[in-house]
Amino acid sequence: MTAQALWTAFCTIVLREVRRFTRIWPQTLLPPAVTMTLYFIIFGNLIGARIGEMGGYDYMQFIVPGLIMMAVITNSYANVVSSFFSMKFQRSIEELLVSPVPNWTILLGYVVGGMARGLSIGLLVTLLSLAFTQLSIYNLPMVVITVILTSALFSLGGFINAMLATKFDDISIVPTFVLTPLTYLGGVFYSIDMLPAFWQGASMINPILYMVNGFRFGILGVSDVNPFVSLGMIMIFIVLLAAVALRMLARGKGIRH
Amino acid sequence: MGQISASMNGWVMTYALEIEGLVKSYGDGFQALKGIDLKVREGDFFALLGPNGAGKSTTLGIVSSLVNKTGGTVRVFGHDIDTALSRAKVNLGVVPQEFNFNQFEKVIDIVTTQAGYYGIPLKKARISAEKYLKKLGMWDKRDTPSRMLSGGMKRRLMIARALVHEPRLLILDEPTAGVDIELRRSMWQFLEEMNRQGTTIILTTHYLEEAEALCRNIAIIDHGEIIRHTSKRELLQQLSVETFVLDTEQPLERAPELSGFHCALNDDGALEAEVTKGQGLNALFIELENHGIKVMSMRTKANRLEELFVRMVEDNARVDAKTSEVKA
Repeated sequence: MTAQALWTAFCTIVLREVRRFTRIWPQTLLPPAVTMTLYFIIFGNLIGARIGEMGGYDYMQFIVPGLIMMAVITNSYANVVSSFFSMKFQRSIEELLVSPVPNWTILLGYVVGGMARGLSIGLLVTLLSLAFTQLSIYNLPMVVITVILTSALFSLGGFINAMLATKFDDISIVPTFVLTPLTYLGGVFYSIDMLPAFWQGASMINPILYMVNGFRFGILGVSDVNPFVSLGMIMIFIVLLAAVALRMLARGKGIRH
Repeated sequence: MGQISASMNGWVMTYALEIEGLVKSYGDGFQALKGIDLKVREGDFFALLGPNGAGKSTTLGIVSSLVNKTGGTVRVFGHDIDTALSRAKVNLGVVPQEFNFNQFEKVIDIVTTQAGYYGIPLKKARISAEKYLKKLGMWDKRDTPSRMLSGGMKRRLMIARALVHEPRLLILDEPTAGVDIELRRSMWQFLEEMNRQGTTIILTTHYLEEAEALCRNIAIIDHGEIIRHTSKRELLQQLSVETFVLDTEQPLERAPELSGFHCALNDDGALEAEVTKGQGLNALFIELENHGIKVMSMRTKANRLEELFVRMVEDNARVDAKTSEVKA
């Protein structure tokens, strides 16, 4: 395919994904907006007022970056895993498999589609947070790079999950039993300085901790970990997961007989 | 190279599809394809026939990249799917047996999205989609979600989707399954028109009447092997016996003993007469006249290709059984 044809094919996949999640907005855009508003009211306003400061900021300001990141992570992942698996389930993935689109374009299209939803919801949650607190950006490039790379990483994770899944139960196992606990324990609601030494060490093996803190550093200028280590880790994971996803596509894992 | 595969006295034969030694084995040791060879000329209307599980869909699945092959080569207009897959795919349109489009998307979106996968910009894709949806009588349904379509419309949607990038080779796996007779005939006309305009067509079908009406060349596959690969005309010439069903003016109590013809009464009381090649129907009617039997109407018992197909598959099964006995 020519570069122009590849670009058209890539845009077709991305637009198809955007059309999908905007068509079903009550399932995709509305729930995170409602959930995050409740977090802001209950944890930020009601409980946060009694907690006081954390990391030099009031509690509401402290949790906002973590909650934005949580929304980006879960929605990037959910978009790709549900879209790609439902294509497998309905066999409409065959439309792509019979076409001349190369595997890397298919992967990139789905990842960017997942990022489109993750980042849209991240922006929506950020706008909602402004109704509850003031946000000043400490380091804009860090904010932008961290959120884009994190969204790409979890879109890749969703893609691999969808390739491996054979039934609908399989696409909810990772979000429920892996992503949610890691996100809650990844310093969204607290600083790991508050934990005993053992749990501080244990927290350091949670990759989501690095993403939340990298993003928090960009917004507030405070972080439990070195923000550049965060970026480095995210990039290494992206390369690894992209390699795994491309290998699975080449072998036709779960999509070719 | 594959595309120019034969040249005699300046006449160049171009193959739309060339398959050599194609093998498909599964992890449990089952061999779905046992090294088949197949050639389909450009412009042909070709039928791949065989009983359920014979290997038809597996063959077409490998050609369209939905099934990984174990061995052998496949070339589409000379482009090897191992070394030039993208170019092979550009020349290929596929209509699968099962509905495989997104049930929640609109008809027009399904067709234009498919064009986009082939690198066709949206403006051109809309023009092409309109052309084929109109030809297939689907244009007024363009904004209907695909799940709301009838079975026949879903089949036509898959044909429009397969044609939107104007492929030179169209593969249809059971295209008229579950479609009523009227719609089936209109689809035949459409496919004949596509073929007249230069599109090579390969189809699998259970309706042998369909293959007899449309196709020029035929391959019969059974147990993962091609048991015949020839022209329809040559195949039909091999049909040595044809059975005719005769409705007589007076009901018959038993089958008459006609000289040179084997006759029997069927469950409905109609007379069935076997006419061997070269006997001619006049001789049959003279015999019936001699026995005082007046015939009111006559029809063939099954279509000619169907009779031949059933005999060939049965013969193949007998050969397989004998081979197994010898090995045992």
